[in-house]
Formats: sequence, C-alpha cells, structure tokens
Amino acid sequence: MRDRDDQNRSGPGFNRRDFLKGSAAAATATAMATQGSEEAAAANLKTNVFAAAAQNVTLNVNGKDHTVKVEPRVTLLHVLRNNLNLTGCKEVDERSADGADTVLIDGKTVLAGSRLAIECEGKKIRTVESLRRGEKVDAVVAGFVKHDAMQCGFCTPGFVVATRAFLDKNPKASLADIQKGLGGNICRCGTYQGITACALEISKGGK
Amino acid sequence: MAERKVAWKKRTDNTLIGGDHQRIDGVEKASGHAKYAADINTAGTLFARLLTFKGGAAVVKSIDTADAEKTPGVRAVHVFNGAGKEVRWDGTIVAAVAADTPEQAEDGVRAIKVAYEAKPHWVDEEDLPGATTGKRTKPLGDNKKGDVAAALKAAKHVHKGYYGITTISHMCLETHGSHCEWDGDDKLNVHLSTQNVSGTGGQFAGPLGIDASNVSITCNYIGGGFGSKFAADEWGVACAQLSKKAGKPVRLMLDRATELKIGGTRPSGFAEVTIAADAEGNITVWDSHHWGTSGIAGSTISLGQLPYCFDGIPNRNRKATGISTNTGPNRAWRAPPHPQLCAVTDTVIDDLAAKMGANSYDIFMKNLDKTPKPDVYAEEMKIGAKLIDWKAKWHAHGKGGGKSVKRGLGMALHRWGGRAGATTCTVKVHPDGAVETFLGSQDLGTGTRTVIAITLAETFGLGINDVKVNLGNNSYPKANPSGGSITVGGVSGPHRRAGLEALWKIYDLVAAKYKVKADSLSAKGGKILSAGKSVCTWKQACGLLGPMPLEVQGQGPKNDGLTSQGVAGVQMADVSVDIETGIVRINELVAVQDCGLIIDELTARSQVYGGLIMGIAYALSEERVMDNRTGRFINADLENYKLPRIGDIGKLMVHMYQPDSEYERGVVGLGEPPVISTGAAISNAVANATGVRVPVQPLTPQRVLEALKGGQA
Repeated sequence: MRDRDDQNRSGPGFNRRDFLKGSAAAATATAMATQGSEEAAAANLKTNVFAAAAQNVTLNVNGKDHTVKVEPRVTLLHVLRNNLNLTGCKEVDERSADGADTVLIDGKTVLAGSRLAIECEGKKIRTVESLRRGEKVDAVVAGFVKHDAMQCGFCTPGFVVATRAFLDKNPKASLADIQKGLGGNICRCGTYQGITACALEISKGGK
Repeated sequence: MAERKVAWKKRTDNTLIGGDHQRIDGVEKASGHAKYAADINTAGTLFARLLTFKGGAAVVKSIDTADAEKTPGVRAVHVFNGAGKEVRWDGTIVAAVAADTPEQAEDGVRAIKVAYEAKPHWVDEEDLPGATTGKRTKPLGDNKKGDVAAALKAAKHVHKGYYGITTISHMCLETHGSHCEWDGDDKLNVHLSTQNVSGTGGQFAGPLGIDASNVSITCNYIGGGFGSKFAADEWGVACAQLSKKAGKPVRLMLDRATELKIGGTRPSGFAEVTIAADAEGNITVWDSHHWGTSGIAGSTISLGQLPYCFDGIPNRNRKATGISTNTGPNRAWRAPPHPQLCAVTDTVIDDLAAKMGANSYDIFMKNLDKTPKPDVYAEEMKIGAKLIDWKAKWHAHGKGGGKSVKRGLGMALHRWGGRAGATTCTVKVHPDGAVETFLGSQDLGTGTRTVIAITLAETFGLGINDVKVNLGNNSYPKANPSGGSITVGGVSGPHRRAGLEALWKIYDLVAAKYKVKADSLSAKGGKILSAGKSVCTWKQACGLLGPMPLEVQGQGPKNDGLTSQGVAGVQMADVSVDIETGIVRINELVAVQDCGLIIDELTARSQVYGGLIMGIAYALSEERVMDNRTGRFINADLENYKLPRIGDIGKLMVHMYQPDSEYERGVVGLGEPPVISTGAAISNAVANATGVRVPVQPLTPQRVLEALKGGQA
C-alpha cells in the first residue's frame, strides 16, 4: 500500500495524502526525507480523515447472511478471510494484480481486495468454498485435480473461481479465448498447462 | 527362506508406481479448504503490519513509537532497528505493529516517527567500472587449466562476447511469515510458511529463551518457497514477541513489496567470455571473467562451475569479481546457481556455432564428450529435436525470415544432483488394516504426500487413498528440509524400507497362520497372495498383529539402490521476435528430462511444466529493477515485476526420459533441473531468429531493441 502511494505520486494514483506527503518531503529537503516523518506530518494534517467507526454490515456469502462489525474502509477480502474465516480467497498483492482474491458477486468475478465490504451489502457473494459440498465437488475443482493444475496451491482457488465464471459465460471457449479470459490471474509455480487443459476439456475445445 | 532384500519392485510388477496419479490433497487445495500459515485465524488473532526502510542505506537517528502504541486497536509494537542501527538495503524492517485489524495496524505504522541519516549506497549490479571506482568490488578468485594463450593461437574459430543475467526475487505468492500463539509462558505454537518443518523450532527457541522442545512448528501447506523459506527469520521471532507482548495470537506475513525486497533473491552474473574451437568445432578454450551481486555480502555465481556442464574443455581461465550492493540478500533460488551458469555458458557456445556458420545442434552434440553424461544428453537431444522438428525448422543464425517478425530455434542443456535427503518416518499398520505414516516433512507443491501414499500403497498392495499421510509438524520424525530436489527421494526410500519391513512381519504371521511359505507371498489388490492365489485379505492379515499396531521406522538415504543422484536434461525453444516492438513470443518449448525412477508421472510432468514457465519468466520479463539514485527497488509489486500469464507460454512439450536404465537408478530429485536451461534456450532462439545476441536476460523489449540497434540484423 505504502509503496504504491509513493510510486504513483505524479501518476494516476495521485491523491490528497500523497500530495501532503510530497509537501512534507519538500519542506525537509536538506535532510533525508523519510517515510516515518512524512507520514507523521501527513497524519497531523489529516486528522479529519480518520476512519469512520465500525458499523454492522450484513453480507450474503454462499447463500447465508453474516453480520459483521467492520469499519467502512475494510475490504471484502479482509472480511471474508479474517471475519468469516473463508480463506480460500488469498491476499497476494495489495494491488489485486494477481487474481488470487477472485470471488463472485451476483455471478460476476470481482477482486475482493479491491472492493469495500460495505459496497457488497445486498449482493450475492460466492467464494471458492461453495464449489465443494462434502464429497461433491464442482467440475472445475475436479478438473483442476485431474489435470494437476496446481503445485503449491496458493493461486489455485482464485484460478478455480475465475475459470468457473469464465466457463459459465463462455461454455464453448476456444484455446485462444481461454488464454485471454484467464489472463487476470498469476501463478508462480507455473501451472498454466494444467489449467488450460482443464478449461479446454470442459469447453470441449470450443467445439 | 530366500534372503529378503530392500528394492523397488520389478518395473512391470508395479500397479501404481510410474503411473499418472492425482494428488491426494488436490481437492483441499483447489476448493480453498487447505490452510496455509497466512490463513490461520485462531480466536483473537491480531494482525501485524511493517514499517520498512525505503532507500539505499542509512542510520536510524531516532524512532518514536509512543503515538503508535496509543493508536486505537494497536496491542503491541516491536522495534527491529532502533536508534543507532544501520539499515543497509531497501525494505529493511524497522518496526512492526500488531493490532485488532490489519487496518488499525496500518494506522499504527503510520503513527511511528522515525528519522534517518542517509549513508552512501550502491545498487548497480552490472556496472563493474563504477563499482570498482566506488570500492564495492572484491576478487572472488581465479584459476587456470591448460594453456589458453597457446590454444587460442592454434584455434580455428574464436568468439568473444558479453553475457549476463539479472537478479530476480523468489516472489512466493504466500509471502514469508507465520502465525504465533503462546500456550502459557513458555510454550509456543507456530504455523510457519516453511520448507523446513523439522529444522526451524530451535530458531524460535534460541532468541525467545525457551526450550526447543516447547516450540511446535506446523506447516500443512506452503504457498511457494523456491529455496527462500528455510529459516524462522527475524520477522518470525518478532511475531512470537508481539504475540507475547499482546497476550494474543499474532499473524505476521510480509507485505508484497517487502517480500520482493528481503524475502530472497537470486544472485546476478555478467561475463566477458572468449571461446574457441578447432576446425571441426571441438571447443578448446574457455576464458571468462564474471561479476555480479548477491547483496551486501558481494558474491556472485560460483567460479568453480564455469563453463557449465562442459567442464572437459581442456584450456580454461576463469575469474570472478563480486559487487557489494545495498540490496536484499540472496537465498537459494531453485537450482542455485545453475540457471545463471547456463545463461552465460550455453549462449556462448551458441554464438560460437553462429560464428562457424554451423547448426547449433551439431556443435552441442560434438562437444558432449566434455560433459558428465554424454550418452544421456545425446539421447535426450535426439528426442527433443524430433519433438520440436529441429531439422526442418533450422536455419542459419539471422535468417529468421519475415519482415517484422523473425522466427528462430535454440537449445541448451543442464544437470543437477538430486540425491535423497536424510529422512526418518514412522509407519503404522493398525490391526484393522489402516495404514498411516508420520514425518516432519512438507509438501511444497511437488506432491510429497502423494508420492508417500503411492510408495506405501504399492508396497502393501492397497489403494492410494488407503494410506493416511501425516506430515507438516515438527513433533513427527525428522525429515530433510525441502531444497535441492532431495525430498521425493528423501521420503520414498524410507517409506519403501519401512513398508517392506512391516510387510515381511505380516508375511511371517500369515505364513504361520495359513501354513504357507512366507517367501511365496505377495500383496496385491487388498489381498495377500501365495504363488498368485489368495490367502487372506489385507485386513485379515493385519488382524494377526494382535491388539497393538505394528510400528516401523524407515530411514534414508542408504546405499541399497532405492535412490541415487545426477540428472541431465535438454531444452529447446522455438520463438518469434517482433523486431519493431522487441517483443519475444514463445511458439514452442520442449523439455526432455531424466530423473531415475518416477513415482507419479503426473506430478513429475507438472514439475517440468512449472520449470519451463518459471524459465520463461526470468528469460523474458522478470527482474529486480534498482534505482541507483534512491537506492530503491522500484518494481516491487506484481504489476511491475512481470510474470508470464496463461497466454504467454506458447505450446509446451514435456518428455520424461525413462528407459529401463533410468528405472534401475532408483529415485532422483526433479524439482530444480527443469528451470535451468530454459533461459539459455530461449536466448539462443532469439539470437537464431535475429542474428543478434541480446546479451542480458531477461530479454525485455527494451533490451531486444537495443541489441538490434547495435547489431547487424
């Protein structure tokens, strides 16, 4: 988070907090500008933007309502993982550049780390855990296992959700469709071969 | 009775070993039910966030955490580097805050006041003259073999060039970290993301002043390690200290930027090389000076292994210089340091072939006599060439056709050890026939659980799911840390030995009860057979054990042929290079890999596919970018630290080389080798396409365009 703010100072991420930090840094140009004192200077100036108090938020997750008390700034990802213990969605990168936090909201893929929990009230949220009920598993989960589309497994649940949603929307996806449609997720171990094979098998190669 | 000998079954007698088997924890992982250290949420768990130094080098002048301690939700603050401490690279942790929520912990971090006094820094790993002027270099040795000067005079073909490969990070998707929870004052339960379940307890106990016997380490799943997760680490110990201070469990995982900066790097290597050959293409000379960095310690890739794999080149000079940089320290990165060695050897050989106007394949083939495994390489090259259709696709260097998109072929080869690690397991056979095993090992994603289950199931004639594998806890018998491709050999040998010993005891009971000869017995399909005829079920046989389970310890490695070491491997690449944009696309990659006896071919192939894809990453896009002005790692996030995505890998073909001679070698590790020669093979294919060597990996569009500008394309 902090790195993103620093790096985007003049880019699209420009915001008030960065501006304040930049001013503080300029004011102490002779000394080495430091993160801590910059932050402290910024904090002094922005006491009016402290987080609003925690409030009750009711989320419908995997068909069940859960009421949690969280601050408005808390992401859906943190509520799912930390409050509801649904840890299949992972926190990999604060920018959500990796897709490991993919969940479904009203049937559409959403990166849970880039959505506030309060935004999700009244919507139907589905996580990867819903794709297994006891011994019964979704065809995508079974396909990932069959084609060994996993190694360490940390990116796998996000990929499974992305694949499930992609195939729901594109039941006859071709290889090229799959390579484009699943490009939002990252795997470090290198399991793309198995994921592609799984998706192609379910889409019957687009035929 | 015939002597009972530990061995694998005859190859054709196997019902499971060597087949394709789904991993036994696959559904747990794919459905999000597998719990990693980052997922542990025991009641009251606090969340930690880090304050890190952002710059090249400095001294901490002062740090004030008073406001942080008062921040709502904050329960504990831990200072790693207080006033007077030197911080010597970007990302060094200065302090950590634990709070009720991650957001409150971030508030706490922001409330810490810290002042630094800047110190000079150097982070450029490639600029040798600059580093020399800045007194950042140190000699790392040189040595000579034969007579390079005389051989150069006698040589028919001489090539001189510059080559290199940058530093990369491990980039584990689950960052380094742990969840720590105290049980009373002196007992600590740690869920640690680790490749070293059996070896990390003491690393917590020492600094915390408690007995190592009071530290429980658990790791059921680990989200990537690649050689970077063997230690408790200072942040692991700090997690325990925060937990103690707060009186609550704490989860401390590195944030993404910090993971990239300090969670482990692969050292760089840049080399000036002269190579020469006689009229027939036999390489006669290798003369290299290389440099690079491993961080502040100022090391680079090892001197002793150049030229990589072609140690038999008769005349050789080599010299290495280390550069000390203010950058996060190196850790073992998958196959250390073979990918870098290969990147500055096989590219040079390929350029020599280009200079000779020869087919690269022929020059590699001709010089296999200088490698440790000429016969295996030759066979693997033939298979690879067939798979990629080398003969039909080959053209001279620089004749890649096309106006703006040029196509080319390249190859490279590698080796690795992969000897089994030292592991002990306890196998239990219960009187009701249930089988389970315990060992303090871990499953990095290679399929450790699955190969253990297959080994025991094959031995007892059961199904894979009839075996319960308990690993991931340091209260189980000690197992090797998983690094260096030693785990599958490490766990399969002891389980085969323990399994056979248990089976023989059961055979003796069955022989006595059913009046058959013990050495006529075999176990298959859940039954005990005598000379092929069913005697009793596995369950009935185990019932003869009496009320207590049979418990056998298995150990390894031993010199009984179950495991051995040493693999070769060949990779070939077919790429397209857009000379207007500098973008390299993979058309096809072929890997031909030996690894002795294969237990589960499905997971074995996955290792090789994964190696190829990691290879594409460091060959084409992935690198640490340091800014020498600020001393900072400027692309420390997943958006700008570029990894390939699912559409970037082209067509991958994996051939597991496994004639009977391989089966007879027993199990040899496979994790490292397939990532080694991918980079050089891709670089060579780009050179073949364009006629220009892009000297430094990764071959980013910028580097490709720069090379084309300076080249003769």
